[in-house]
Amino acid sequence: MIGQSPLRTVIAHAMLILGILIVAFPIYYTFVASTQTLQTILRPPLPLLPGDQFWNNYSEALFGGVGRIGGVSVGRLLLNTTIMALGIAVGKIFISILSAYAIVFFRFPLRMTFFWLIFITLMLPVEVRILPTYKVMVDLGMIDTYAGLIIPLIASATATLLFRQFFMTIPGELVEAARVDGAGPWRFFFDILLPLSRTNIAALFVILFIYGWTQYLWPLLVTNSSNMNTIVIALRKMVSFADADTQWHLVMVTAMLAIVPPILVVVLMQRWFVRGLVDSEK
Amino acid sequence: MVPPASSPRSGSVTPRVVFPNKVLPYLLVAPQLAITLVFFYWPAGQAFYQSMLRQDPFGLRTKFVWFANFRKVLADPAYLNSIKVTVVFSLATAIVAMCVALLLAVMAEKVVRGKGLYRTLLIWPYAVAPAIAGMLWLFLFNPSIGSLAYMLRSFGIAWDPLLNGTHAMILLVSAAAWKQISYNFLFFVAGLQAVPKALIEAAAMDGAGETKRFWTIIFPLLAPTTFFLLVVNTVYALFDTFGIVHAVTGGGPGKTTETLVYKVYNDGFVNLILGDSAAQSVILMVIVISLTAIQFRYVERKVHYG
Repeated sequence: MIGQSPLRTVIAHAMLILGILIVAFPIYYTFVASTQTLQTILRPPLPLLPGDQFWNNYSEALFGGVGRIGGVSVGRLLLNTTIMALGIAVGKIFISILSAYAIVFFRFPLRMTFFWLIFITLMLPVEVRILPTYKVMVDLGMIDTYAGLIIPLIASATATLLFRQFFMTIPGELVEAARVDGAGPWRFFFDILLPLSRTNIAALFVILFIYGWTQYLWPLLVTNSSNMNTIVIALRKMVSFADADTQWHLVMVTAMLAIVPPILVVVLMQRWFVRGLVDSEK
Repeated sequence: MVPPASSPRSGSVTPRVVFPNKVLPYLLVAPQLAITLVFFYWPAGQAFYQSMLRQDPFGLRTKFVWFANFRKVLADPAYLNSIKVTVVFSLATAIVAMCVALLLAVMAEKVVRGKGLYRTLLIWPYAVAPAIAGMLWLFLFNPSIGSLAYMLRSFGIAWDPLLNGTHAMILLVSAAAWKQISYNFLFFVAGLQAVPKALIEAAAMDGAGETKRFWTIIFPLLAPTTFFLLVVNTVYALFDTFGIVHAVTGGGPGKTTETLVYKVYNDGFVNLILGDSAAQSVILMVIVISLTAIQFRYVERKVHYG
């Protein structure tokens, strides 16, 4: 280890603290705004410390129903978003672990064709096929359904590629031993492969949960009814910078409720989150 | 350096031991394949087909026009403007997000105490949806009630992102870059940890100062990470930031912040010019394919989860 002058260490700490201020300030200020009255917010500058309206604002947003988003309570929006995020995380892991299992541990005609068909979807994000995909959703009657919010987003190459890569590191002797002992493919899958994949699944779950929670374009397209909005979309509908009648205190409460759950997931599952991000990149 | 005795990937070189089932593997890939075909390949094919069709203004007749839509789109000043906006926005976002993150990562490498705490506090924005990031920044900087806009005005700056295109662009880039700092930070930290300590110590013994060590040893060794992040950040700025643009500026004022993805959405969904929108989709597809190809060819690493 190279010695370092105390001054440089102090500078390093100072820079990091400055960085944290930049990174955390918008979130902190949102919290401050969510505890003020509308009148305080409308007269800048906003105080730097939280106000005394915490209970009033949060209970109004959670149980009152906010006019702008068609009288849907924030609780309902949170429920929709949670269902979508969990559905995407679980669904993606489920279908991609199965297809990776097939591609690595079986030999069958068209195996590589299937692999490439899945692989190429990396290059077809929803943004490049907005209208036709919307039309498919209408034809299948999936507008304003949870299935419509979840299913089209759960097919993607990245999770399959990750599992495939991990499965290829599993020694063939393990498969052989399992077969000698009379274990069939299902037995092998549940008793050996799944337990070995635990950390990968946890890492992937965190990343995918965040991915699902923060979706914007897709829920914007497939939900018309206010009842089916996710919290991010509803928030957008609540804000109008042209009119003066935006209920800013409630907007800020909703914003807090929209960002706290995924932040908690990232912070509490930090170990898996970092692993999921950095490992998947190899 | 001595290579490890058995590379973890050796399993892929020798023929694998596999299960003999004939039908089961098809059932296993079926769910993913079905969803992929219905929601990816079918719509993508439709986009190709529609990009060569043109409807009359009343939507009564449809004509096959080969590449006329592409010629029309590529000659459209609004589209060319949108390309320029996208390039400026993507480059600015990638550069700002990466520079800030690299600086913070280098600083985080230097401190011993509080490293974990710093990291925990720096990764928050990753969890914030881009659209919400945009709205938070607009809340701070909006001319009528934003507290930071109030500060700017008290310094005598005529700040108005709702009317001034340059201000709107600065606001979008700040929000988009802010959201991406966490991601880049984590990768730069991982990249810095992979730099061999012996190399740095040797340079220090030869009398290279800290700044020199960084630019001559650490930064070149970080090149793969930097390049990987450059591609990922560009893809992020191109596609994932639709929410920021839609929530904050709606492409305005004027068309100063109308990015390519926003234009596809706007022409297809709001203005209902189907042929043009489809042609734009196909152009975007070509851009994604080239970016992905670059990434795999030169970086041999994967794109973000998506």
